[in-house]
Amino acid sequence: MTLIRTKIGRRAFIKNTSLAGGGLVLGFNILSSCKPEQAKEMASIEMPKEWFEINSYLKIGDNGLVTIYTPNPEFGQNIRTSMPMLIAEELDVDWKSVIVEQAPYHAEKYGFQFTGGSQGIRRRWEPLRMAGASARQMLQEAAAQSWQVPIEEITAEGGVLVHETSNQSAGYGEMASVAAKLPVPDEVELKEVKDFKIIGESHKNVDAKSIVTGKPMFGSDYQKEGMLIAMVEHPPAFGMTLESVDVTAAKAMPGIKDVVTIKSFKDGFEKGGFDTNAFPELVAIVGNSTWEVMQAKKQLKVKWKPITGYSETVNGFRGKETKNIPAGLESTETHKAKMEELAGKAGKIVRKDGKPEAAFKNAAKILERSYSAPYLAHNSMEPLNAFAHVVGDKVKIAAPVQIPSLIVPTIASSLGILAENIEMEIPRMGGGFGRKAYAHYVVEAALISQKVNAPVKLLYTREDDMTNGIYRPTYHATYRAALDENNNLMALHVKAGGIPESPLFANRFPAGALDNYLAEEWSIDSNISIGAFRAPRSNFMAGAEQAFLDELAETLGKDPIEFRLDLLKRAKKDPVGEQNDYDAERYAGVLELLHEKAAWGQDNGNVHRGISAYFCHNSYAAHVLDLTIENGKPVVQNVCCAIDCGIVVNPDAAKNMAEGAIIDGIGNAFFGELTFKDGIPQKNNFDQYQMIRMADAPKEIDVHFVQNEIAPTGMGEPPFPPIFGALANALYQATGLRHYQQPFVSDRPPLVG
Amino acid sequence: MAKFNLKINGKNHEVDVDPSTPMLWVLRDHLKLIGTKYGCGIAQCGSCTIHLNGLAVRSCMLMVSAIGNQEVTTIEGLSENGDHPVQKAWLKVDVPQCGYCQAGQIMTAAALLEQNPNPSDSEIEMAMNGNICRCGTYTRIKKAVQLAATDTNS
Repeated sequence: MTLIRTKIGRRAFIKNTSLAGGGLVLGFNILSSCKPEQAKEMASIEMPKEWFEINSYLKIGDNGLVTIYTPNPEFGQNIRTSMPMLIAEELDVDWKSVIVEQAPYHAEKYGFQFTGGSQGIRRRWEPLRMAGASARQMLQEAAAQSWQVPIEEITAEGGVLVHETSNQSAGYGEMASVAAKLPVPDEVELKEVKDFKIIGESHKNVDAKSIVTGKPMFGSDYQKEGMLIAMVEHPPAFGMTLESVDVTAAKAMPGIKDVVTIKSFKDGFEKGGFDTNAFPELVAIVGNSTWEVMQAKKQLKVKWKPITGYSETVNGFRGKETKNIPAGLESTETHKAKMEELAGKAGKIVRKDGKPEAAFKNAAKILERSYSAPYLAHNSMEPLNAFAHVVGDKVKIAAPVQIPSLIVPTIASSLGILAENIEMEIPRMGGGFGRKAYAHYVVEAALISQKVNAPVKLLYTREDDMTNGIYRPTYHATYRAALDENNNLMALHVKAGGIPESPLFANRFPAGALDNYLAEEWSIDSNISIGAFRAPRSNFMAGAEQAFLDELAETLGKDPIEFRLDLLKRAKKDPVGEQNDYDAERYAGVLELLHEKAAWGQDNGNVHRGISAYFCHNSYAAHVLDLTIENGKPVVQNVCCAIDCGIVVNPDAAKNMAEGAIIDGIGNAFFGELTFKDGIPQKNNFDQYQMIRMADAPKEIDVHFVQNEIAPTGMGEPPFPPIFGALANALYQATGLRHYQQPFVSDRPPLVG
Repeated sequence: MAKFNLKINGKNHEVDVDPSTPMLWVLRDHLKLIGTKYGCGIAQCGSCTIHLNGLAVRSCMLMVSAIGNQEVTTIEGLSENGDHPVQKAWLKVDVPQCGYCQAGQIMTAAALLEQNPNPSDSEIEMAMNGNICRCGTYTRIKKAVQLAATDTNS
């Protein structure tokens, strides 16, 4: 085995200093810290009498069993399996002797516990392997000291330490007590990719058994003695706020303990990028049981009033930004008219290569097409919820959140307590898709608990969840291509905008592949709250761009894959500009793999094919979507998908994620749409908001990965954006009609072939 | 408030609740059987699916007063050790992503196979169409139902 020496940051792994005896953890902890079902499962395996903490990510039992604390919140991407795999690989233990436990929020021990932006595995790739490798090295050191032999002569594999020359061996468990007392090394040796035994092999979801047997694991499952149930009432329309409330009737309802009002932000609090909240003043109703609270909620008599427009400074990932929130009750109809108007005017130039204006002036032909997409609601299956228990100046929280650390300053400010007095468990999320990065509901639960002086579980109804959204914005993009008299592509122009943000990525393909290129953007202020939704902005731009490239390839008389490959050849050989985001070779690589796997170019009878590719979140994904028309209705038969996300940690789980992204994308492209009238969301539950169901999903999905040794890049988001384009392009092949406006199906007349 | 004697997962339970309370909340709030999930409250998503005398029903709109002597089965009672053929198939195919809807999916699938041990693809689609999976695990759900049918029949 070849090992690569790697430096560890000075404070990469801390030990739990509150524990005496060099990190000794007593054996009975396992049964109290384990969920009951896991303890029962483990009953067949002998539990250790003592645990020894090696670092904050793992402890080893005296019998060799290993508990790995997985740091990031789980919302379905299966990192509770893949992150411990990284640690177990370098520790070099049998996966069967690993128990996985969810780490609580703890910035010092676990770093940035962020689930989003397809950054989980990418950011944890080195640190988690180092956590495993440093533990392995400490065990080797322990054996070296015990046996009085040089550490270099000790191998550590499959949970066993061996010194061949002296014919001595010991299980990790036997050396754990000595290893736990050793200092964390400054340097560790990491394995080469070819030596991986766990990474790259499919391992089943560690939580699957608990999921299929209905065990408690989600935020909304949280229980505590004396816990009350809370719900909130928010304004019926964006652009409205609380004026007054008559609580008499609601308070008199059975099982109701209290009705209070809360204010989510202290005056003057500087918001972070994830403090988005259109309705900071709410009425909260608290009672004994969910059904009683739901009934009493209907009895609330609330007066709402229009907001006054304001500007606020938000300090987010991109630094401080000023946002304008106008007054008024907005409607989709006026949004559309405003977007059309802005799309027709000059935008802000973000990138310009060559002389695009001259190319368009001299063009023999111009192809111009505009694309649009509506607001989308996240609609996670588990509605927003949070448990909070404020006792004096401390709070205990258990809530499904994507970025626990970023809501801490808000909770501290709003409750008037110190940040270190916030304890937070991170239960599994029943879906997130970006929505649970905006954890205003945790602040709300904490404020309610503080007011009613009791442990409280706040639950949003589906209607509350859908109508207090932090939505995917509505977008618009116009693409133009200038062709000369010989049908050569001379220039490309993209102008994109949205409410309230532009979706443009000016430096992505096909920028860099064209001598003359112009990218412009615009935006319109709004009081409708928006935020990250699986692959923000890409989830619109990919569909628009890839549909345009398809139509452009057709206009140029080129095969759509060959057309893209030709552009990528240019971008690789002689790139235009220096700011191009993507690697043209990897981009071409997924297209070539897709070409082969989808058997592109073969005649498939009555099957209509659409192709699409996109780069985002540091990864490359491409799809061929096969569609037939059955009784006038489009039926997706098969999607063939090629992805380059570097090393694939857990291949079957990664395939599952790609399958999900493809189905999610097809669903949103076909049906996803939220409209507004006078600030009121026009859909509030699944009888109105059409979600993709099994009958609309592809019959088959084949996922293929480019094999390479590049450190892992994004996986949860990259396969999502391009599917919108693949569907649009297949629909064109099937119907002869180009689809420029999402959703493609909905209340419009059915598509006909 | 009224008292109800309910037969759930082979055991008798007494609850004292408002007669209009849906079974979903009786299960989750009063009996702490939280495997059954709330998704929409209007019988559109299937997350709350339970069995009533062996048939799949949505517990979010089923009033406790309508249960009477009928036998209720929840995900917790589908099998003793999580080894119902549908659960086994789910594990084999490794279906779940976030997992929130899966108990409802499994209860719908188990009731389907009880009624129709050999469903065609379109019969599976029809039976499962009332259950939304926001993560999009539909192709795996279908494979797992097919696998469970094969295993049950072999």
